[in-house]
Amino acid sequence: MFNQEELQEIETLRKRYPEAKAMVLPMLWRVQEKQGWIDDAGMEAVAMVCDVPKSHVWGVVSFYTMFFDKPMGRYHVQVCTNVSCMLNGGEKLYAEMKSKLGIGHRERTVDGTFSLEEVECMGACGGAPMIAVNETFFERVTSAEASDVIDSIRSSNTIPAPKHIVQMPELSPAANE
Amino acid sequence: MSETTEHSQTESSTPKLILPDIPGFKNIETYLKHGGYGDRLKKVFSMTPVAVTDEVKKSNLRGRGGAAFPTGLKWSFMPKDNARKRYLLINGDESEPGSFKDRQIFEFNPHQIIEGMLIASYAMQVDHAYLYIRGEYAYWYRLMEKAVADAYAKGFIGEKMKEMFPASGDGVSYSVDITLHKGAGAYIVGEESALMNSLEGGRGYPRVKPPFPANVGLWGQPTTINNVETIANVPIIMEMGGEAFSKIGEPKHPGTLLLGLSGHVNRPGVYELPSGTLLTDVIYKYGGGVPGNKKIKMVIPGGSSMPPLRGDSLEGVKMDAESLKLVGSSIGTGGIMVMDEDTDIIHVLTRIAKFYWHESCGQCTPCREGTGWLLKVLRRIDQGQGAPSDIDLLHDVAQNIEGRTICALGEAAAWPVKFTVQRFREEFEKKVSTNNVPSSPNRVHSLRVGGLEPVQVHVPIVVRV
Repeated sequence: MFNQEELQEIETLRKRYPEAKAMVLPMLWRVQEKQGWIDDAGMEAVAMVCDVPKSHVWGVVSFYTMFFDKPMGRYHVQVCTNVSCMLNGGEKLYAEMKSKLGIGHRERTVDGTFSLEEVECMGACGGAPMIAVNETFFERVTSAEASDVIDSIRSSNTIPAPKHIVQMPELSPAANE
Repeated sequence: MSETTEHSQTESSTPKLILPDIPGFKNIETYLKHGGYGDRLKKVFSMTPVAVTDEVKKSNLRGRGGAAFPTGLKWSFMPKDNARKRYLLINGDESEPGSFKDRQIFEFNPHQIIEGMLIASYAMQVDHAYLYIRGEYAYWYRLMEKAVADAYAKGFIGEKMKEMFPASGDGVSYSVDITLHKGAGAYIVGEESALMNSLEGGRGYPRVKPPFPANVGLWGQPTTINNVETIANVPIIMEMGGEAFSKIGEPKHPGTLLLGLSGHVNRPGVYELPSGTLLTDVIYKYGGGVPGNKKIKMVIPGGSSMPPLRGDSLEGVKMDAESLKLVGSSIGTGGIMVMDEDTDIIHVLTRIAKFYWHESCGQCTPCREGTGWLLKVLRRIDQGQGAPSDIDLLHDVAQNIEGRTICALGEAAAWPVKFTVQRFREEFEKKVSTNNVPSSPNRVHSLRVGGLEPVQVHVPIVVRV
């Protein structure tokens, strides 16, 4: 699972914590970044590196929503439907994404390009409604813009740059016109 | 036109301590140019740790993570006279719906967080501090990574501190390391003891208190946990002095607050305003009012777990811990959610209930079961299948969660329901009907779906006396 170079990095990281167990989350992130999800072999490797039973690692994977215990799309589309987004049309946006992608909550398209998740608050309430693709936030999106993001990924195989949202109206009020 | 001018004038006159309007402030060079690190830290390290804590005590700074606990007092709980290893843990798990303020500090002023951590670490003689950032903030995590790397390179963090700030007189040189840690999506991890369990590599289960973290925290050692916004205030306090800071805004909850405004407002965003600013000013003067000039039906003033206020009772309500307590709510994380007159309160509350049900860690029965019961009853009311008795049932279930759990998620789930029932009863009455009769003696689990055999299971609801 981990090559020689990565094992070196892990040794460096190990010095930041008094116990190896604290590396469980960082190691799981590493596995997921590498292969898109956390499989059995990944959990085994994390268990070995962090000196914990494999059952503990599985317990952690199943507790945190951002760890995937099954393959997900290369582009993970997240739509927030929590209060602030809901008040600004988040539920409608989620329904539209469902039908556009033809998949439901934590499902993946057949070609493996997209997966979808109805997420809880991602801390973009001032930019509601929002969707996120992998780590990129698209805030104050309209239905058409959200749809364009998907189309753009389909055709170019990259995540388009989000239009810049100034979340601090007091710094530059004009940006919110 | 004249309104715009007035608007900007008011804003420039309010102090900007955490999010100053300085271009490029997130870069270490700009931060240094404006008095960051350097001389300020030199001054701090020439004081005794106790004197630093006393300065923070004098400032009356209160925690910005929800509980508004006095920060200096919290620091002073750390044991001073033994050689046990100790830790500082900064809570950047910001997950409360409606709250998005820490994200702005990560983005616009990362070095003030780091400097605050250095000062706090020195005050409590910590040699390793952790900053835990929620996984969803991957982008902001990378910004912080860069800021920490830059500060390391300049010698403000780590071993090099000893050369940067050589000991003077009888003092000993001091150094501290800072490690960033990324979460992976779990609201409950924002609870301080769950945060410690998560950092230690486990599931985010809150711990039973006592023992308190100041005695038994990370890896069993004394630990202080502070919110990101709280710690970003610390360099400012050392700069202007505790006493001057204590005079900003409301004396009982001084300083500026980062208020996250969202929902039905024209200019949503984070506003840094002195504590005690009128809620109506935040919404109308700064937030530009409600789209379509609609009336406000409900406002949640401090993140989704705080008791909601009626739109017709906002006059004179001030944004600080004490003032909001007086009107039966709480400052929480300062996340203000505004809902206009057309909002379906039951639908909103159902969504809130779903959130807490989803986020309950499942350790305590009242929360694990109760959050699901609340959701079930709310869903059927929302779908027009509720009976009049369901209204009191909701209140009853909420009442039986509150105060019966290890951590405050119990209250977080119960309060919105309990206080919405109390303050917006007419909204519920509009949606329930006497035509809906419970199909089973089990009042919670009755789904009232036509044609189904009633399930004869009796789970009594305990009524608090």
